[in-house]
Amino acid sequence: MTTAAPILELRGVTKTYRVKQGLFGTARPLTAVNDVSISLPRGEVLGLVGESGCGKSTLAKILLGLERPTAGQVLVDGQEIGAQDRMALARRIQPIFQDPYSSLNPRKSIFDIVSLPLRVHRIGDAASWDKEVRKILDIVGLPARVMNTFPSQMSGGQRQRVAIARALIMKPEIVICDEPTSALDVSVQSQILNLLGDLRREFGLSYLFISHDLAVVEHLATRVAVMYLGRIVEEAAVDGLFDHARHPYTQALLKSVLTPEPGLGVPDTQLGMAYPNPIDPPSGCHFHPRCPKATELCKTKAPRALPTPLGHVECHLYDPNGPMNTPKEG
Amino acid sequence: MESPLLRVRNLTLDIPVGGGTLHAVRGIDFDLKRGETLCIVGESGSGKSLTSLALMGLLGKTIRRSADEMSFDGTDLTRANARTMRSLRGARMAMIFQEPMTSLNPAYTIGDQLTEALLLHKPVGKEAARVRAIELLEKVGITAAASRLSQYPHQLSGGLRQRVMITMALMCEPELIIADEPTTALDVTIQAQILRLLHDLGREMNMAMILITHDLGVVARVADKVAVMYAGELVETGSATEVFNTPSHPYTRGLLRCIPLPGKTKRGGTLGTIPGMVPSLIGDVAGCAFRTRCPHAAPACRGDIPRHTTDDGHAFRCIHPDGKRHAEEATA
Repeated sequence: MTTAAPILELRGVTKTYRVKQGLFGTARPLTAVNDVSISLPRGEVLGLVGESGCGKSTLAKILLGLERPTAGQVLVDGQEIGAQDRMALARRIQPIFQDPYSSLNPRKSIFDIVSLPLRVHRIGDAASWDKEVRKILDIVGLPARVMNTFPSQMSGGQRQRVAIARALIMKPEIVICDEPTSALDVSVQSQILNLLGDLRREFGLSYLFISHDLAVVEHLATRVAVMYLGRIVEEAAVDGLFDHARHPYTQALLKSVLTPEPGLGVPDTQLGMAYPNPIDPPSGCHFHPRCPKATELCKTKAPRALPTPLGHVECHLYDPNGPMNTPKEG
Repeated sequence: MESPLLRVRNLTLDIPVGGGTLHAVRGIDFDLKRGETLCIVGESGSGKSLTSLALMGLLGKTIRRSADEMSFDGTDLTRANARTMRSLRGARMAMIFQEPMTSLNPAYTIGDQLTEALLLHKPVGKEAARVRAIELLEKVGITAAASRLSQYPHQLSGGLRQRVMITMALMCEPELIIADEPTTALDVTIQAQILRLLHDLGREMNMAMILITHDLGVVARVADKVAVMYAGELVETGSATEVFNTPSHPYTRGLLRCIPLPGKTKRGGTLGTIPGMVPSLIGDVAGCAFRTRCPHAAPACRGDIPRHTTDDGHAFRCIHPDGKRHAEEATA
């Protein structure tokens, strides 16, 4: 859909941990991220959704250079990040975390917190730090007087603004937002979402936006990837995903969104069983034990990635050459 | 008319703090019948959790509680002594807390924690309690229920732990359940399952439920009655249909504009916000607490605020007779 090279691209990224069960147990592999290929076009917002334990946060850690993938490549602006050092990477990719209460050092002043990236990277001097911090605080909507206060003196929304200021002071190209609003009240959440939207337009930022709140993802994202047990099971432009969800898992997730409409009751997602243990993933299609449309084939054979008009889906239901040959409609 | 199971009039909670008195809850009224679900919705610090603790008699010692009336099925909770409260808590009124990670004791098995309240309150033996626990665990959708009893909380996932919390609250078949943000820490898929479960069980056992949440989607889907709380006051109350279809207090409408509505809000557009901050509740609080953030504030908001009520029980506090609802609709 975009002709320009993506700012961020993952090619077949896999991360496997060795997990010991019990004191004398042998280590078994746990594939947290399994052959993931996605790309984030410049200036867009890629929403990443999925339940806890699906590998969203592992993926974020790989992108931030905190974990190395077991296999596959991560490319920033066409260059593999394995080849770049962490300092150089940190100039281009910055995170905003979920909990503004634990992600800010309580013993440091707001000035220290926000200017730290400049000091670590030895950019400018004390006078320019002061100027830069004032500038960025103004951009995120905080008065300059907060520079000498401490995180404990601020509300949740203000703290999250500080976290955003810290991420943006290096003028990164990519911001990894890991559930940036789920710890906040709704009236504060809307302020932060508006701010993230404004900043993206103003500075041409690209976001990887990780969230389990589908209404928020639908609002902010331009592309959406749905993750289940380490795999991207469906990926599409936001309109394609929310208007024509194809994968039964995506459909169930959309069904579970509770919109404020009285009288509709709580939907039955039909997902039934709990999320499977990632150390023992089900055979065939990993989703088959919870899938209302599962067939015999799904138990034995993993589906392949199939192109859709606006993205791709991994499900036997949509495989025209597959033995199921079921007619499709989203 | 059936008399309500729970009746609260002018419940007030004051907390002495360094600079004076924090008026955390300021004169709230509500009724709850058997089988009914009341959702109290509000943001952090609005006093909704304190209200639930006040009902359960679990407030900290420094908090001063006063009420004109607070009765549970004829028992006057304002005068009840510690012994009466103990006999009610867990047996006839039970609470489900927000954090399933921290509200289970890590040193005891699931079975011990589930049967404790039943053994304490009812004349049943250990075996009967065990059977009841297994039966309820199966009802909340936990597989291999019998083997779970010997497990410890850390061996269960978040969704399972929250179901154990629900089971624990249900053990004595309480008449009233107070659930404080029971699904906030859970995935959306699990949230939907837990809410369905609570709703179905409530119907089945004719339980009354108070659900405390900040999630308007949850409120709309499960509530019979809604109470919107702001700065220690109920600013709007009514049936879910009334409150969501004709939100009358400016705060209620402000909240509803803050959340993206799939299919309604423009993707990537600007969301509504409520500017400003919740005012300090330390010292004397007069007039409408929302006036500092309200687009329709007027000098009269500093005075007494009238309460407007319709025949079907929809009520709100505002100086404007329609809460300026029509004016906002006209410009929208």
